[in-house]
Amino acid sequence: MTPGRSAEQAQFTASLHDMLADAGVPAAARNWAAGDRAPGLAVWRTLAALGVTALAVPERDGGLGAGLADVVGACEELGHHAVPGPVAESVAAVPVLLAALPGDAAAGGPAGDLAGGDLGGGAWAAQWLAGLAAGELITTAAMPPWLPWAVDADAAGLVLLAAGDVVRLAAPGARYRSVDPGRSLSEVAGGQVLSRGPAVAAAVTRALDAGALACAAQLLGAGRALLEASVRHAGQRTQFGRPVGAFQAVKHHLADVAIGLEFAGPLLNAAAAALDAGDRHAARDVSAAKVACTDAARRAARTALQVHGAIGYTEEHDLHLWLLKVRALAGAWGSQAEHRARVMAAISVPAGADGAGREPPAGQPPTGQPTAEQPTAEQPPAAQPTAEQPAAEQPPAEQPAVGQAAAGEPAWS
Amino acid sequence: MSGGPGEPAGRFRAEVRDWLRAHVPARPLPSVDTAEGFAAHREWEHELAAARLSVVSWPAGYGGRDASLLDWLAFEEEYYAAAAPARVGQNGLFLLAPTLFAHGTAEQRDRVLPPMATAAEVWAQAWSEPDAGSDLAAIRASATPADGGWLLSGTKTWSSRAAFADKAFGLFRSEPGAQRHRGLTYLMFDLRAEGVTVRPIRQLGGRTGFAEIFLDQVFAPAADVIGEPGDGWRIAMSTASHERGMSLRSPGRFSAAAGRLVELWRQAGDPADTGMRDRVVDAWIGARAYRLHTYATAARLAAGGTLGAESSLGKVFWSELDTALHETALDLLGPRAELAGDPGPDGDPGLTGDPGPTGQWLDGYLFSLAGPIYAGTNEIQRTVIAERLLGLPR
Repeated sequence: MTPGRSAEQAQFTASLHDMLADAGVPAAARNWAAGDRAPGLAVWRTLAALGVTALAVPERDGGLGAGLADVVGACEELGHHAVPGPVAESVAAVPVLLAALPGDAAAGGPAGDLAGGDLGGGAWAAQWLAGLAAGELITTAAMPPWLPWAVDADAAGLVLLAAGDVVRLAAPGARYRSVDPGRSLSEVAGGQVLSRGPAVAAAVTRALDAGALACAAQLLGAGRALLEASVRHAGQRTQFGRPVGAFQAVKHHLADVAIGLEFAGPLLNAAAAALDAGDRHAARDVSAAKVACTDAARRAARTALQVHGAIGYTEEHDLHLWLLKVRALAGAWGSQAEHRARVMAAISVPAGADGAGREPPAGQPPTGQPTAEQPTAEQPPAAQPTAEQPAAEQPPAEQPAVGQAAAGEPAWS
Repeated sequence: MSGGPGEPAGRFRAEVRDWLRAHVPARPLPSVDTAEGFAAHREWEHELAAARLSVVSWPAGYGGRDASLLDWLAFEEEYYAAAAPARVGQNGLFLLAPTLFAHGTAEQRDRVLPPMATAAEVWAQAWSEPDAGSDLAAIRASATPADGGWLLSGTKTWSSRAAFADKAFGLFRSEPGAQRHRGLTYLMFDLRAEGVTVRPIRQLGGRTGFAEIFLDQVFAPAADVIGEPGDGWRIAMSTASHERGMSLRSPGRFSAAAGRLVELWRQAGDPADTGMRDRVVDAWIGARAYRLHTYATAARLAAGGTLGAESSLGKVFWSELDTALHETALDLLGPRAELAGDPGPDGDPGLTGDPGPTGQWLDGYLFSLAGPIYAGTNEIQRTVIAERLLGLPR
């Protein structure tokens, strides 16, 4: 069980795991890559039946209104099974975006009223959200600069282009092949403006954070799958008269993979809780999670390939489905450099001024929501228990001067 | 008395913070590995104990606060954030005391714990031997039955704090023919007893942080056996789990160091040096990950869970984080990183230059280099992870 997740969430992801383990996902992913979407879409319908596609949809729109802590748990399991399709987009970013757009009760459907320009987020958003919740609609989006292309636009019933303070309907253009054969990348041409304005910018920011976090969750899940496959293989493959997993060099590489994954998980769950709570550090936490999950998944991928040897370097073996997905997702939803820069921007402001009014670095989405709380007083209040930290967790308000001695001495043995 | 069970943890944290703010010495104490520094650290422990802050997780009857794991973590965070002095009694507090609570008799607890809580008695650990390091079961130091107790003979080494400590605890082979982890007895002994010779060993930074202990027919009374004779391995392993897991390395240490590193970057970092920026960020992320993970573990334990081989994950993680964090700080400091903060063991009168606070980073770095070695080397830990957590073949 991933540290920092509730027993209820663990139960949900366990049932999701059981379902996906029986759903023939690797074969569906191979078919998806070959252009036959039918088996993959069947997996998506099963996911919808379990409520996965409804998690991020508000209850008023027929969804579960579950919060990102649950969305992230589901996405981790989708990554664990290398489910094809626009996961971070359709399960997290787009529903979050549509739900956060400013409402406009007077707006008509896009088909009838597009000539009017800005439609607000009214009936059409509700209609799409209902479609997502019911599993009748798969969506995707391009959100430059983090997400320059729309993933699997041909499998989606709705393609959006969201950037800055504008959300548009988008038409897919030129298509590219991804390193992950289970992903196709489409350029999009912006079409009708659906919504525009400062509130839209906040919604786009929130959607970017949700998508980046969902992507981090997929990476963590894929990393877990790669470790499991490696342990299985190392226990079965015999050389020099014994399983290769009995060799210390192999053991220690796999132990390092386990350590990386173990300590990325709490960052992921903490970021989800922060986004759900509207915490002013949420953007920082999302980036920290994306950095750590990416690094952990990449280590898992490299080690998995090494442990499998030549068989892992083939298309025959299913390992490539995870190996290549990790490489693709590592650069999606913001690069490591962009996310590290965002963390540094958040943590290096002087004490007492963090989080407030700081301009994000060029090319970065805004790091905070306009509605985020102002910094609290120097002495923070006692924390409310959260999924991440059950009680009593507040960082010290002051950091001592640079270079002061750290206490503690080792016990040798 | 605030901070007892049932009271909001925030109040306990605030009490600790306020007390430390008022009492932590403005100038760092002399090194704990000098006679003068050892005495000063003992004095500091007296002060802590007077405020009932020296052993917060112990029962009130022994001078503690019955602090929950979460309150203890809060205490540790405040302690490190305040850059308070090193805990001279650490080996006793975090290794021996949990063993006594789990396996000792009431008589032993009543006799040993109160002077430990005030540092009136400071304990050293005596696990390793010249031929028993990572392979602790290769222990050869012996305990021979004698009238009213045992006679201890052999050599213990890498014994932290032994140069100035009062007492020590360790494993001794009490059944000569027994192999490996069988026939070992967990014993406490007096470092001032007849037949004990302590040879301080200078460490990498010049300080005598540990020592070799030679034992020649040293008498230990039967009352100083913990648990049953011959059952020492099982008892010691429960202590080792404490040492590697929650007790010895609280996240406060790394959170505080990461905060100082970010502050150093703000003051001395080149914004164009994105490579260095990324190392600082990774150290900060690592410290936060360790903290979140520890709180999640604490919650799991509070709900009745247990801590076993998973503690090996944390041991490798924090020890490598600590080294990387301090290396990053030294690289940020450039040529100034070479300056030692510790004036050294010999009191060189020619040392008139003041290295300023930057020297503390070097001291911290040298200290961090020991992390991957002590408390079970990281290679041992990785093997534990691979075999016991991942299920790879032995």
